[in-house]
Amino acid sequence: MTKDGALPKGFERPSRSPSQEKYEKVKSSSKTTTLRISKFNPESDSTSTFSEFKVHYQRWTTVLDAILEVKSNYDHSIGVRYSCRQATCGSCGMIINGKPRLACFTKISELDSDLVTVEPMNNFPIIRDLAVGFERLIATHKRIKPYIIRDDSEVTSETKEFLQSPEDVEKYIQFAGCIKCGLCNSACPTMATDSSFVGPQALAQAYRYVADNRDKGKDERLKIIDEPHGIWRCHFAGSCSQVCPKGVDPAMGIQLLRGYLLGYRK
Amino acid sequence: MSNIMRESHIMKIHYLTALVAVGFVIIHIIVRVTQGFANSLEFESVIANYESIPYAIVLEAMLILISVHGFNGLRIILLELKQGSAYENAVTYGCLIAMIALIAYGSRTIIMASMGMVEA
Repeated sequence: MTKDGALPKGFERPSRSPSQEKYEKVKSSSKTTTLRISKFNPESDSTSTFSEFKVHYQRWTTVLDAILEVKSNYDHSIGVRYSCRQATCGSCGMIINGKPRLACFTKISELDSDLVTVEPMNNFPIIRDLAVGFERLIATHKRIKPYIIRDDSEVTSETKEFLQSPEDVEKYIQFAGCIKCGLCNSACPTMATDSSFVGPQALAQAYRYVADNRDKGKDERLKIIDEPHGIWRCHFAGSCSQVCPKGVDPAMGIQLLRGYLLGYRK
Repeated sequence: MSNIMRESHIMKIHYLTALVAVGFVIIHIIVRVTQGFANSLEFESVIANYESIPYAIVLEAMLILISVHGFNGLRIILLELKQGSAYENAVTYGCLIAMIALIAYGSRTIIMASMGMVEA
Protein backbone atom coordinates (compact mmCIF):
# COMPACT_ATOMS: atom_id res chain seq x y z
CA MET A 1 0.00 0.00 0.00
CA THR A 2 1.35 3.47 -0.80
CA LYS A 3 1.70 6.34 1.71
CA ASP A 4 -1.59 7.89 0.68
CA GLY A 5 -3.39 4.59 1.30
CA ALA A 6 -3.84 3.65 -2.36
CA LEU A 7 -3.07 0.12 -3.53
CA PRO A 8 0.15 -0.34 -5.58
CA LYS A 9 -0.06 -0.22 -9.33
CA GLY A 10 -1.48 -3.46 -10.71
CA PHE A 11 -3.26 -4.29 -7.44
CA GLU A 12 -6.11 -1.80 -7.74
CA ARG A 13 -9.56 -3.25 -7.18
CA PRO A 14 -11.99 -2.82 -10.04
CA SER A 15 -14.75 -0.41 -9.18
CA ARG A 16 -17.20 -3.35 -9.10
CA SER A 17 -16.23 -7.02 -9.17
CA PRO A 18 -18.20 -9.41 -11.45
CA SER A 19 -19.84 -10.98 -8.38
CA GLN A 20 -20.78 -7.53 -7.07
CA GLU A 21 -22.22 -6.64 -10.45
CA LYS A 22 -24.23 -9.86 -10.45
CA TYR A 23 -25.43 -9.12 -6.91
CA GLU A 24 -26.47 -5.59 -7.88
CA LYS A 25 -28.30 -6.92 -10.94
CA VAL A 26 -30.16 -9.53 -8.89
CA LYS A 27 -30.94 -6.96 -6.20
CA SER A 28 -32.35 -4.53 -8.72
CA SER A 29 -34.69 -7.22 -10.11
CA SER A 30 -35.75 -8.41 -6.65
CA LYS A 31 -38.92 -7.62 -4.74
CA THR A 32 -39.11 -6.42 -1.17
CA THR A 33 -41.07 -7.82 1.71
CA THR A 34 -41.36 -7.09 5.40
CA LEU A 35 -40.02 -9.84 7.61
CA ARG A 36 -41.46 -9.81 11.15
CA ILE A 37 -39.40 -11.93 13.50
CA SER A 38 -40.63 -12.93 16.93
CA LYS A 39 -38.11 -12.10 19.65
CA PHE A 40 -38.27 -13.70 23.06
CA ASN A 41 -35.67 -14.56 25.63
CA PRO A 42 -37.25 -16.57 28.48
CA GLU A 43 -34.46 -15.46 30.83
CA SER A 44 -35.22 -11.74 30.48
CA ASP A 45 -38.55 -11.21 28.69
CA SER A 46 -42.07 -11.71 29.93
CA THR A 47 -43.71 -11.53 26.50
CA SER A 48 -42.51 -11.85 22.94
CA THR A 49 -42.07 -8.83 20.69
CA PHE A 50 -41.64 -8.52 16.95
CA SER A 51 -38.76 -6.93 15.05
CA GLU A 52 -39.46 -5.83 11.47
CA PHE A 53 -36.96 -5.81 8.62
CA LYS A 54 -37.25 -4.96 4.94
CA VAL A 55 -35.67 -7.75 2.91
CA HIS A 56 -35.10 -8.23 -0.81
CA TYR A 57 -36.13 -11.57 -2.22
CA GLN A 58 -36.08 -13.43 -5.48
CA ARG A 59 -38.42 -16.12 -6.74
CA TRP A 60 -36.19 -18.74 -5.12
CA THR A 61 -35.46 -16.99 -1.80
CA THR A 62 -36.55 -19.07 1.15
CA VAL A 63 -37.72 -17.72 4.49
CA LEU A 64 -34.55 -19.16 6.03
CA ASP A 65 -32.41 -17.24 3.49
CA ALA A 66 -34.21 -14.04 4.51
CA ILE A 67 -33.80 -14.72 8.23
CA LEU A 68 -30.09 -15.42 7.75
CA GLU A 69 -29.67 -12.24 5.71
CA VAL A 70 -31.25 -10.27 8.55
CA LYS A 71 -29.09 -12.12 11.07
CA SER A 72 -25.92 -11.37 9.05
CA ASN A 73 -26.63 -7.73 8.27
CA TYR A 74 -29.12 -6.24 10.71
CA ASP A 75 -29.53 -8.20 13.93
CA HIS A 76 -26.92 -10.76 14.92
CA SER A 77 -28.83 -11.67 18.07
CA ILE A 78 -31.66 -13.54 16.31
CA GLY A 79 -31.86 -17.07 17.68
CA VAL A 80 -32.61 -19.57 14.91
CA ARG A 81 -31.79 -23.26 14.48
CA TYR A 82 -30.93 -24.56 11.02
CA SER A 83 -28.52 -26.94 9.36
CA CYS A 84 -29.02 -28.66 5.99
CA ARG A 85 -31.11 -26.01 4.17
CA GLN A 86 -32.75 -28.77 2.10
CA ALA A 87 -35.66 -30.09 4.22
CA THR A 88 -33.68 -33.08 5.42
CA CYS A 89 -32.46 -32.29 8.93
CA GLY A 90 -35.77 -30.93 10.29
CA SER A 91 -34.06 -28.17 12.27
CA CYS A 92 -35.73 -25.01 10.98
CA GLY A 93 -39.38 -25.64 11.81
CA MET A 94 -41.25 -22.47 12.74
CA ILE A 95 -44.62 -20.80 12.35
CA ILE A 96 -44.57 -18.86 9.08
CA ASN A 97 -47.60 -16.65 8.47
CA GLY A 98 -49.55 -18.66 11.01
CA LYS A 99 -48.74 -22.15 9.71
CA PRO A 100 -46.02 -24.55 10.92
CA ARG A 101 -43.49 -24.94 8.09
CA LEU A 102 -39.81 -25.54 7.47
CA ALA A 103 -38.15 -22.17 6.81
CA CYS A 104 -35.73 -23.73 4.31
CA PHE A 105 -38.59 -25.32 2.39
CA THR A 106 -40.82 -22.24 2.19
CA LYS A 107 -40.19 -19.72 -0.55
CA ILE A 108 -41.24 -16.16 0.21
CA SER A 109 -42.67 -15.85 -3.31
CA GLU A 110 -45.05 -18.75 -2.59
CA LEU A 111 -46.52 -17.07 0.47
CA ASP A 112 -48.35 -14.45 -1.62
CA SER A 113 -47.99 -11.85 1.08
CA ASP A 114 -46.16 -8.56 1.56
CA LEU A 115 -45.64 -9.47 5.17
CA VAL A 116 -43.84 -12.59 6.36
CA THR A 117 -44.27 -13.25 10.07
CA VAL A 118 -42.06 -15.89 11.66
CA GLU A 119 -42.67 -17.21 15.16
CA PRO A 120 -41.38 -20.17 17.16
CA MET A 121 -43.33 -23.44 16.88
CA ASN A 122 -46.35 -23.84 19.14
CA ASN A 123 -46.39 -26.55 21.82
CA PHE A 124 -42.61 -26.35 22.32
CA PRO A 125 -40.71 -24.42 25.01
CA ILE A 126 -38.87 -21.42 23.53
CA ILE A 127 -35.09 -21.44 23.99
CA ARG A 128 -34.74 -18.04 22.30
CA ASP A 129 -36.57 -16.25 19.48
CA LEU A 130 -37.24 -18.95 16.85
CA ALA A 131 -35.30 -21.79 18.48
CA VAL A 132 -37.37 -24.21 20.55
CA GLY A 133 -36.55 -27.14 22.85
CA PHE A 134 -37.08 -30.64 21.46
CA GLU A 135 -36.79 -32.55 24.75
CA ARG A 136 -40.43 -33.65 24.82
CA LEU A 137 -40.43 -34.76 21.18
CA ILE A 138 -37.23 -36.75 21.59
CA ALA A 139 -38.47 -38.30 24.84
CA THR A 140 -41.79 -39.45 23.34
CA HIS A 141 -40.00 -40.65 20.21
CA LYS A 142 -37.66 -42.75 22.37
CA ARG A 143 -40.56 -44.04 24.47
CA ILE A 144 -42.23 -45.83 21.56
CA LYS A 145 -39.00 -47.79 20.87
CA PRO A 146 -38.28 -46.56 17.34
CA TYR A 147 -36.30 -49.57 16.18
CA ILE A 148 -36.89 -53.14 15.01
CA ILE A 149 -37.42 -55.42 18.01
CA ARG A 150 -36.42 -59.04 17.46
CA ASP A 151 -34.70 -61.75 19.45
CA ASP A 152 -32.68 -62.94 16.47
CA SER A 153 -30.36 -60.97 14.24
CA GLU A 154 -30.31 -60.68 10.48
CA VAL A 155 -26.53 -60.80 10.52
CA THR A 156 -25.66 -64.46 11.03
CA SER A 157 -23.52 -66.83 9.03
CA GLU A 158 -26.53 -68.98 8.06
CA THR A 159 -29.18 -66.38 7.32
CA LYS A 160 -29.55 -63.58 4.85
CA GLU A 161 -31.09 -60.22 5.55
CA PHE A 162 -34.82 -60.20 6.37
CA LEU A 163 -36.60 -60.16 3.05
CA GLN A 164 -39.57 -57.88 2.45
CA SER A 165 -41.89 -57.75 -0.52
CA PRO A 166 -42.68 -54.35 -2.09
CA GLU A 167 -46.18 -54.71 -0.56
CA ASP A 168 -44.64 -55.15 2.91
CA VAL A 169 -42.53 -52.04 2.43
CA GLU A 170 -45.50 -50.08 1.11
CA LYS A 171 -47.29 -50.52 4.46
CA TYR A 172 -44.85 -48.34 6.39
CA ILE A 173 -42.48 -46.59 3.98
CA GLN A 174 -44.20 -43.17 3.99
CA PHE A 175 -43.89 -43.10 7.80
CA ALA A 176 -40.16 -43.80 7.52
CA GLY A 177 -39.84 -40.36 5.88
CA CYS A 178 -40.25 -38.57 9.23
CA ILE A 179 -37.40 -36.10 9.85
CA LYS A 180 -38.46 -35.27 13.45
CA CYS A 181 -38.94 -31.60 12.61
CA GLY A 182 -41.82 -31.34 15.09
CA LEU A 183 -44.22 -29.50 12.76
CA CYS A 184 -46.94 -32.12 13.35
CA ASN A 185 -46.65 -31.74 17.13
CA SER A 186 -46.73 -27.96 16.69
CA ALA A 187 -49.97 -28.14 14.66
CA CYS A 188 -51.69 -30.67 16.96
CA PRO A 189 -54.56 -29.17 18.99
CA THR A 190 -54.32 -31.89 21.64
CA MET A 191 -50.62 -31.13 22.20
CA ALA A 192 -51.67 -27.54 23.03
CA THR A 193 -53.75 -28.57 26.05
CA ASP A 194 -52.47 -32.00 27.10
CA SER A 195 -48.87 -31.73 28.27
CA SER A 196 -48.65 -35.52 28.66
CA PHE A 197 -49.97 -36.44 25.20
CA VAL A 198 -47.65 -38.72 23.20
CA GLY A 199 -48.13 -36.61 20.07
CA PRO A 200 -48.58 -37.34 16.37
CA GLN A 201 -44.86 -37.69 15.65
CA ALA A 202 -44.33 -40.52 18.12
CA LEU A 203 -47.63 -42.20 17.25
CA ALA A 204 -46.80 -42.14 13.53
CA GLN A 205 -43.43 -43.70 14.34
CA ALA A 206 -45.12 -46.32 16.52
CA TYR A 207 -47.20 -47.26 13.48
CA ARG A 208 -44.11 -47.29 11.27
CA TYR A 209 -42.57 -50.07 13.39
CA VAL A 210 -45.81 -51.92 14.19
CA ALA A 211 -46.57 -52.16 10.46
CA ASP A 212 -43.05 -53.38 9.64
CA ASN A 213 -43.23 -57.18 9.22
CA ARG A 214 -39.63 -57.58 10.43
CA ASP A 215 -40.60 -56.18 13.82
CA LYS A 216 -41.79 -58.39 16.70
CA GLY A 217 -42.39 -55.62 19.25
CA LYS A 218 -45.99 -54.83 18.34
CA ASP A 219 -47.55 -55.78 21.70
CA GLU A 220 -44.85 -53.91 23.62
CA ARG A 221 -45.41 -50.76 21.58
CA LEU A 222 -49.20 -50.93 21.63
CA LYS A 223 -49.09 -51.20 25.43
CA ILE A 224 -47.01 -48.00 25.61
CA ILE A 225 -49.48 -45.95 23.57
CA ASP A 226 -52.61 -47.51 25.13
CA GLU A 227 -52.75 -45.22 28.16
CA PRO A 228 -54.82 -42.19 29.25
CA HIS A 229 -52.56 -39.70 27.42
CA GLY A 230 -51.79 -42.02 24.53
CA ILE A 231 -53.35 -42.72 21.17
CA TRP A 232 -56.98 -42.25 22.29
CA ARG A 233 -56.54 -38.54 22.92
CA CYS A 234 -56.14 -37.84 19.20
CA HIS A 235 -59.26 -36.03 17.92
CA PHE A 236 -58.39 -36.66 14.28
CA ALA A 237 -58.18 -32.96 13.47
CA GLY A 238 -55.72 -33.94 10.75
CA SER A 239 -53.61 -30.79 11.05
CA CYS A 240 -50.49 -32.94 11.64
CA SER A 241 -50.84 -34.47 8.18
CA GLN A 242 -51.52 -31.09 6.56
CA VAL A 243 -48.27 -29.54 7.76
CA CYS A 244 -45.85 -32.45 7.28
CA PRO A 245 -43.17 -31.32 4.80
CA LYS A 246 -42.25 -34.92 3.93
CA GLY A 247 -45.72 -36.18 3.00
CA VAL A 248 -46.09 -38.36 6.09
CA ASP A 249 -49.73 -38.80 7.16
CA PRO A 250 -49.60 -39.17 10.97
CA ALA A 251 -53.40 -38.88 11.27
CA MET A 252 -53.81 -41.96 9.07
CA GLY A 253 -51.09 -43.82 11.00
CA ILE A 254 -52.92 -43.09 14.25
CA GLN A 255 -56.22 -44.42 12.87
CA LEU A 256 -54.48 -47.55 11.57
CA LEU A 257 -52.85 -48.06 14.98
CA ARG A 258 -56.27 -47.78 16.62
CA GLY A 259 -57.35 -50.66 14.40
CA TYR A 260 -54.78 -52.90 16.13
CA LEU A 261 -56.03 -51.84 19.56
CA LEU A 262 -59.70 -52.25 18.65
CA GLY A 263 -58.97 -55.70 17.29
CA TYR A 264 -59.89 -55.30 13.62
CA ARG A 265 -56.25 -55.25 12.45
CA LYS A 266 -53.80 -58.02 13.25
CA MET B 1 -60.64 -45.93 35.65
CA SER B 2 -57.35 -46.19 33.81
CA ASN B 3 -55.89 -47.92 36.89
CA ILE B 4 -58.61 -50.54 36.64
CA MET B 5 -58.89 -50.98 32.86
CA ARG B 6 -56.73 -50.42 29.82
CA GLU B 7 -57.62 -47.27 27.91
CA SER B 8 -58.47 -49.30 24.78
CA HIS B 9 -61.08 -51.27 26.76
CA ILE B 10 -62.57 -48.05 28.11
CA MET B 11 -62.71 -46.62 24.59
CA LYS B 12 -64.34 -49.78 23.22
CA ILE B 13 -67.07 -49.31 25.86
CA HIS B 14 -67.21 -45.60 24.96
CA TYR B 15 -67.79 -46.26 21.24
CA LEU B 16 -70.15 -49.19 21.84
CA THR B 17 -72.35 -47.29 24.32
CA ALA B 18 -72.64 -44.44 21.78
CA LEU B 19 -73.74 -46.78 18.98
CA VAL B 20 -76.21 -48.77 21.10
CA ALA B 21 -77.58 -45.58 22.69
CA VAL B 22 -78.35 -44.22 19.22
CA GLY B 23 -80.38 -47.40 18.57
CA PHE B 24 -82.34 -46.98 21.79
CA VAL B 25 -82.91 -43.26 21.17
CA ILE B 26 -84.33 -44.17 17.74
CA ILE B 27 -86.73 -46.64 19.44
CA HIS B 28 -87.63 -43.92 21.95
CA ILE B 29 -88.34 -41.37 19.17
CA ILE B 30 -90.40 -43.92 17.17
CA VAL B 31 -92.51 -44.69 20.27
CA ARG B 32 -93.06 -40.99 20.91
CA VAL B 33 -94.00 -40.02 17.34
CA THR B 34 -96.29 -43.03 16.81
CA GLN B 35 -98.30 -42.14 19.91
CA GLY B 36 -100.34 -39.02 20.51
CA PHE B 37 -98.19 -36.49 22.26
CA ALA B 38 -100.68 -33.72 22.90
CA ASN B 39 -100.82 -34.49 26.63
CA SER B 40 -97.66 -36.57 26.79
CA LEU B 41 -95.94 -34.28 29.28
CA GLU B 42 -98.76 -34.41 31.79
CA PHE B 43 -97.78 -36.14 35.02
CA GLU B 44 -100.08 -39.15 34.56
CA SER B 45 -98.88 -39.65 30.96
CA VAL B 46 -95.22 -39.57 31.98
CA ILE B 47 -95.79 -42.07 34.81
CA ALA B 48 -97.77 -44.31 32.45
CA ASN B 49 -94.64 -44.66 30.30
CA TYR B 50 -92.76 -46.27 33.18
CA GLU B 51 -95.59 -48.70 33.87
CA SER B 52 -95.00 -50.33 30.49
CA ILE B 53 -92.17 -52.75 31.38
CA PRO B 54 -90.60 -52.97 27.85
CA TYR B 55 -90.56 -49.16 27.61
CA ALA B 56 -89.14 -48.89 31.14
CA ILE B 57 -86.34 -51.27 30.05
CA VAL B 58 -85.62 -49.01 27.04
CA LEU B 59 -85.44 -45.97 29.34
CA GLU B 60 -83.20 -47.82 31.82
CA ALA B 61 -80.89 -48.90 28.98
CA MET B 62 -80.72 -45.34 27.68
CA LEU B 63 -79.94 -44.06 31.17
CA ILE B 64 -77.05 -46.51 31.62
CA LEU B 65 -75.63 -46.14 28.10
CA ILE B 66 -75.76 -42.36 28.01
CA SER B 67 -74.40 -42.04 31.58
CA VAL B 68 -71.44 -44.33 30.86
CA HIS B 69 -70.69 -42.59 27.55
CA GLY B 70 -71.25 -39.08 28.89
CA PHE B 71 -69.21 -39.40 32.06
CA ASN B 72 -66.33 -41.04 30.21
CA GLY B 73 -66.50 -38.17 27.71
CA LEU B 74 -66.37 -35.70 30.59
CA ARG B 75 -63.38 -37.59 32.06
CA ILE B 76 -61.55 -37.33 28.70
CA ILE B 77 -62.25 -33.59 28.41
CA LEU B 78 -61.06 -32.95 31.97
CA LEU B 79 -57.91 -35.06 31.50
CA GLU B 80 -57.01 -32.97 28.47
CA LEU B 81 -57.56 -29.69 30.27
CA LYS B 82 -55.10 -30.28 33.08
CA GLN B 83 -52.56 -32.94 34.02
CA GLY B 84 -51.08 -34.29 37.23
CA SER B 85 -51.59 -37.62 38.98
CA ALA B 86 -53.67 -36.28 41.93
CA TYR B 87 -55.92 -34.30 39.58
CA GLU B 88 -56.25 -37.22 37.15
CA ASN B 89 -57.20 -39.65 39.92
CA ALA B 90 -59.74 -37.16 41.28
CA VAL B 91 -61.27 -36.72 37.80
CA THR B 92 -61.35 -40.46 37.08
CA TYR B 93 -62.87 -41.54 40.37
CA GLY B 94 -65.09 -38.44 40.57
CA CYS B 95 -66.60 -39.25 37.16
CA LEU B 96 -67.00 -42.92 38.11
CA ILE B 97 -68.80 -42.07 41.38
CA ALA B 98 -70.99 -39.44 39.68
CA MET B 99 -71.91 -41.95 36.95
CA ILE B 100 -72.87 -44.64 39.50
CA ALA B 101 -74.85 -42.10 41.55
CA LEU B 102 -76.77 -40.86 38.50
CA ILE B 103 -77.56 -44.39 37.29
CA ALA B 104 -78.65 -45.39 40.82
CA TYR B 105 -80.90 -42.35 41.23
CA GLY B 106 -82.38 -42.70 37.71
CA SER B 107 -82.92 -46.44 38.16
CA ARG B 108 -84.65 -45.80 41.45
CA THR B 109 -87.06 -43.40 39.71
CA ILE B 110 -87.72 -45.86 36.85
CA ILE B 111 -88.24 -48.84 39.20
CA MET B 112 -90.48 -46.93 41.61
CA ALA B 113 -92.61 -45.51 38.78
CA SER B 114 -92.92 -48.86 37.01
CA MET B 115 -94.01 -50.51 40.27
CA GLY B 116 -96.71 -47.89 40.79
CA MET B 117 -94.97 -46.42 43.84
CA VAL B 118 -95.17 -42.84 42.55
CA GLU B 119 -98.40 -41.01 43.18
CA ALA B 120 -99.67 -37.71 41.88
